[in-house]
Amino acid sequence: MSMRWDVLIVGAGPAGMAAAVAASRGRLRVAVLDDNAAAGGQIWRRGLGETAEPAKQKMLHAFKECGAVLLAGRRVVQAPEPGVLEAWCDETNVLERYHYDRLILATGARERFLPFPGWTLPGVMGAGGLQALVRGGYDVRGKRVVVAGTGPLLMAVAAHLKHDGAKVVAICEQASMARMLPFAAQLAKKPSKILQAVALGANLRGVSYKTGCWPVAAIGNGRLQHVELTDGRRRWTEQCDLLACGFHLVPNLELPLLFGCRVENDAVAVNAMQQTSVAGVYCAGEPTGIAGVDAALLQGEIAGLAAAGNTGGAEKLVARSKAERAFGEAMTSAFRLRDEVLRLCDANTIVCRCEDVSYGSLKALADEKNNWTDAKLLTRCGMGPCQGRVCGPAVEALFGWKNASVRPPVFPVPIAAFITEPQSEFDNQQALQEMQ
Amino acid sequence: MQFDVLILGAGIVGSACALECARAGMKVGIVEPNVPANGASAAGMGHIVVMDDSPAQLALSRYGRELWQQMRQALPATVEYEQCGTLWVAADEEEMQEVHAKQRTYASVGVETEILDAQALEHAEPQLRKGLAGGLRVPGDGVIYPPAAARFFLDEAIRLGATLLRGVLPVAAAQGRVKLQDGSGLSAGAIVIATGVNTSLVPWITVQPRKGHLVITDRYPGFVRHQLVELGYLKSAHKLTADSVAFNVQPRQTGQLLIGSSRQYSDAVPDVDAAILRRMLDRASEYLPRISELSAIRVWTGFRAATPDKLPLIGPTPDRSVFLAMGFEGLGITNAPGAARLVGDYLLGREPAIDRTPFLPGRALKQAEAMRA
Ligand SMILES: Cc1cc2nc3c(=O)[nH]c(=O)nc-3n(C[C@H](O)[C@H](O)[C@H](O)COP(=O)(O)OP(=O)(O)OC[C@H]3O[C@@H](n4cnc5c(N)ncnc54)[C@H](O)[C@@H]3O)c2cc1C
Ligand SMILES: Cc1cc2nc3c(=O)[nH]c(=O)nc-3n(C[C@H](O)[C@H](O)[C@H](O)COP(=O)(O)OP(=O)(O)OC[C@H]3O[C@@H](n4cnc5c(N)ncnc54)[C@H](O)[C@@H]3O)c2cc1C
Repeated sequence: MSMRWDVLIVGAGPAGMAAAVAASRGRLRVAVLDDNAAAGGQIWRRGLGETAEPAKQKMLHAFKECGAVLLAGRRVVQAPEPGVLEAWCDETNVLERYHYDRLILATGARERFLPFPGWTLPGVMGAGGLQALVRGGYDVRGKRVVVAGTGPLLMAVAAHLKHDGAKVVAICEQASMARMLPFAAQLAKKPSKILQAVALGANLRGVSYKTGCWPVAAIGNGRLQHVELTDGRRRWTEQCDLLACGFHLVPNLELPLLFGCRVENDAVAVNAMQQTSVAGVYCAGEPTGIAGVDAALLQGEIAGLAAAGNTGGAEKLVARSKAERAFGEAMTSAFRLRDEVLRLCDANTIVCRCEDVSYGSLKALADEKNNWTDAKLLTRCGMGPCQGRVCGPAVEALFGWKNASVRPPVFPVPIAAFITEPQSEFDNQQALQEMQ
Repeated sequence: MQFDVLILGAGIVGSACALECARAGMKVGIVEPNVPANGASAAGMGHIVVMDDSPAQLALSRYGRELWQQMRQALPATVEYEQCGTLWVAADEEEMQEVHAKQRTYASVGVETEILDAQALEHAEPQLRKGLAGGLRVPGDGVIYPPAAARFFLDEAIRLGATLLRGVLPVAAAQGRVKLQDGSGLSAGAIVIATGVNTSLVPWITVQPRKGHLVITDRYPGFVRHQLVELGYLKSAHKLTADSVAFNVQPRQTGQLLIGSSRQYSDAVPDVDAAILRRMLDRASEYLPRISELSAIRVWTGFRAATPDKLPLIGPTPDRSVFLAMGFEGLGITNAPGAARLVGDYLLGREPAIDRTPFLPGRALKQAEAMRA
């Protein structure tokens, strides 16, 4: 006998957990798939945003108690037919099949990287990536770190690196103070967020936070030794061991695209109930537009309630959710990339690390009016193991090429996944027992 | 605009024809509604292989391979030409008999081969399962990256003066005139239709889309060294009706493996068919047991343009201004340079290097008439 989940949720970050808690109130069968070993998503799993500790503990507790089943360590890779999705489980080496009635996609966001000369040198890392390494035991004590790029994540990462014993030399934010002021005003209106900002500020005492400043090159012999920075007028170098770099976040759209959800302005289009263009498929959190954890929690709750049929309950949250979205828009505008950071590459700068594609070869194609399909066909840019997850957003920023199509599997899987018959999770007695 | 020749379709075949004509000093126009090399030429495997399924195919593919080898020095690095050779794998003694027969066929047209016994096979390809009978190595065969090759032909043609008309869709071609979707027209002394699996300009011919699945892995340099094909491949490729799979694995210059092959007559829906994909990969793992551990990074499908007699349509049609170069099934990459030569021979009145009569489009007309009668 095969069972259907009433509500199946992909992603156990703030949005997915809030959705699970809300949907479970309706005594439905709810499960949450996540490719990590534990719930929490990008911030809570990484131990970032600790200043929001009470909210985190509250949600983790509610999630644990709500009766929804957490199916961790499962990465959703394909959707062979409506109402069915398949996830790869690394631990058992099995492709599992899940049937659902309603689906909530809460797949979060990832960091955007922009290429510049030297960015592939050992020692240059993603800001969030370095943070995760440190959480995993990587020792930064006494290391000189420059944090550069754009977005609120830079401050959070710097604060944590400092806390863990790194010597944070500088935080370089490419956005100008003038651009960020309206956003700062928004922040001031939000008690929870202002608290977080103040706390971060306290942690960051003694670290220089430079706005209107960005990296132009990472320099070193076989590994990073200096970073060259500019404020648009002069250039200088900072000696450092690590450069933690990130240019804000981009939504994870692969799964929504796979399910055929309409995407507008680089985000999944949803109505006030978080319903996508596909019947029965909802989307919550960062894929609908980068707006932060408070927005993710609210959208998750709305999606969970709506998917459980409680539209009345969901409607009560819509006004607050709209306000959070406005906050997200202000943030996006504050951290918009300046033209200068899109002109950092020289011809030899690698853009696609998987396939070793240089800026020069892509620029030549762009100049001849080729599109992303031409570029992919001719250079294989974005066709390596990461399937354009890293270079896709960069290429879009640099050349305006959009990757609007995805193919299953949306993540690489062992060939074995295709050979063995997918296993229905209903054989998975454990999940059923957990439900009782 | 007036052209000597208009080539419709900028896949590898149309692009090779454009280069051939531009080299001969003709004023060439190439019309491509989409991205050049977006069709089968983007989806295919790029195995440059001599095939012995019929004497005509053997002659054309041997010719094609020879032309590829001749231009090797001129090909840019992006084409990734690698003369890795083909290894036809024989599972048992019966297939070993076929190995001997195949060697004789190849020898008759001067294609070098080498018979491997079980031990030599194991030595040549240690990842193959133990207990196979042997194989036939064809050292002159190779592998390329087809979209880059197609684009190289096109760029060379443009450098020699050809004009690419991109993003415009021809809807009719007759009597030296090509009508475009926007109502405008182009004219030329000759028109070459190289639209692959698309027969909208020549509805009287039968070309069926024959779907194939491919899987590309992450990089595992040295996992296999030759393009490995099971000897039963021809049997499978020749089945006219049923869906079939065969073991066919290609080492890419990048260290990646490209895994084929499946054949399905189907509607032209590009979706992955999980059942046949499973059969195909099952087959691959019977020969290469450890392949199941490798990471697959992408799965896709493509359509071969299959004619009823498995031979391409190359040459003139009853409308003396219209020539065809299409219907290459699973060999259009190998055969593109040879087909382009034959087209050039027709247009320039040159003596062809091989017998071109088996490829005459007239046979398709006869088949169509026979069917109507
Ligand atoms: C690197 C990084 C660092 C961040 N640091 C901070 C910070 O310090 N402070 C802060 O306020 N905000 C931070 N953010 C932003 C924060 O993540 C979001 O505001 C918030 O967590 C969004 O919640 P979410 O539920 O939408 O997404 P997420 O928390 O990202 O949750 C999505 C979950 O879905 C999973 N998932 C995605 N695709 C699949 C799939 N195919 N199969 C299975 N599971 C899948 C992901 O692994 C993840 O666990 C950070 C974001 C990133 C990317
Ligand atoms: C899975 C698979 C594996 C293969 N493996 C191999 C292999 O290993 N070795 C080998 O030799 N061959 C292989 N092939 C076969 C090879 O890929 C094809 O035979 C070859 O690419 C055909 O090239 P083409 O130019 O005829 O067609 P296409 O590349 O399909 O080009 C046709 C072009 O015509 C255009 N077009 C369509 N309609 C019109 C119109 N009305 N007007 C103008 N233009 C139009 C299209 O947009 C397209 O660009 C394989 C094929 C598949 C599907």
